Amino acid sequence: MNLAATGRRITLVGLALLAAVYVRALAFTPVERFQGPAQKIFYLHVPAAWSAMLAMALVGLCSVLYLIVKDLRFDRFAAASAEVGTVFSLVMLTTGPIWAKPIWGTWWTWDARLTLTLFLFFLFVGYLLLRGAVVDPGMRARYAAVLGICGLVLLPFIHLSVYLFRTLHPQPIVLKPSSPSLPGSMLVTLLVSFAVFTLLYAGFVMQRYALARERGADAAMGGRGA
Amino acid sequence: MAEWLRQAWTVARKDLVLEFRTRTALLSAVVFTALVLTIFNFGRDPTAVSALDLAPSILWVTFAFAAMLGLNRAFQLELENHALEGLLVSPLPRVSLYWGKLLANLVFVAVVEAVGLPLFVLFFDVPMGRALAPLVGVLALASVGFVTVGTLFSAMAIRTRFAELMLPVLLLPFFVPPLVLAVLATAKLLAARPLSESFGYLKLLAAYDILFLTVASLLFRHTVDE
Repeated sequence: MNLAATGRRITLVGLALLAAVYVRALAFTPVERFQGPAQKIFYLHVPAAWSAMLAMALVGLCSVLYLIVKDLRFDRFAAASAEVGTVFSLVMLTTGPIWAKPIWGTWWTWDARLTLTLFLFFLFVGYLLLRGAVVDPGMRARYAAVLGICGLVLLPFIHLSVYLFRTLHPQPIVLKPSSPSLPGSMLVTLLVSFAVFTLLYAGFVMQRYALARERGADAAMGGRGA
Repeated sequence: MAEWLRQAWTVARKDLVLEFRTRTALLSAVVFTALVLTIFNFGRDPTAVSALDLAPSILWVTFAFAAMLGLNRAFQLELENHALEGLLVSPLPRVSLYWGKLLANLVFVAVVEAVGLPLFVLFFDVPMGRALAPLVGVLALASVGFVTVGTLFSAMAIRTRFAELMLPVLLLPFFVPPLVLAVLATAKLLAARPLSESFGYLKLLAAYDILFLTVASLLFRHTVDE
């Protein structure tokens, strides 16, 4: 289909730009004074987190829209977004520990933001499992939408409660990466990387959406559900 | 009493009469709770970790699992002889059906907790003192938090494949905020800290309850209507 081809093209451009981002990050962006080269993973880790959060927000938004207008296109988009979000949150969860080991001295710590992203991943996986466990397309769309909305409402609460929990059990010595005041050249690299990851998100979702549409047409009848 | 609330009570009473006549699920849940509390006792080294340090976590993990057991039962009941369809064709507002199931689940969980709490005090030699009254408040708020989302999800989970496994996978992330807040508040109470110190946790618990009661009341009809 046309959409799938466009999605593939956008993904390829995104991947090429990702390589360019790393050329810039490694060769043309200054080395961070305290963390050294380990900090370079920052340009992969943070944009991946951004894409995963974007994916979850769009899952929630499409879920609301689906329940209002009952148009299966919103459901397909939410499903595509959740699948892509799972991949990005997995990227975030693998690059995180790789960065944490040399800098924080541990692979994993129950830091509030870390725990939040772990649960973001669990929500995506639960969402996809639920979709896999319902046969009827209309029912699947409704159930997934209910879960998607609840998930979006849940995330701030998880962040807040885990944050409170952490203050009770303070971490040993957590050297925090100084994010607030980022030097200009690093900021540019980061922003470019954000754009590239958003592009990758769009490319992946378009391909996945096209696939879901073909599957929907294949399953006949399932065109307009509920 | 408002009409919809009266109808909700009718649904709840029906469920509770059914439950108290057979008592299978309730007794199983009570025995389960006692067994988990017993097993936890062997999950720690009594010379290394004092019982009181672990007590709040033990109490809440046990009650969270016990609540999960009760939730599986709520709609399972209605699957036999297509009883759910009977409820759905009756002139019963969906909100009343949800609140009826919610109330029945709350009573179920409350009975289990009423047996579990004295056992917990006995097994772990917890100095209850004046903490009992506020602890009952924490129990009430956290149980509402568990049951609110749980009732909504159990209506979906029973009609999926692998229903028994699907509910915990979807629900456990949603247990995190009430669980964390309840553990924090319980720890403060058992340490005989002034009530004002756990007041913030209680307010957050109440916020979680109110928010999810609203969201679930709005979303419930999408889980049962075609």
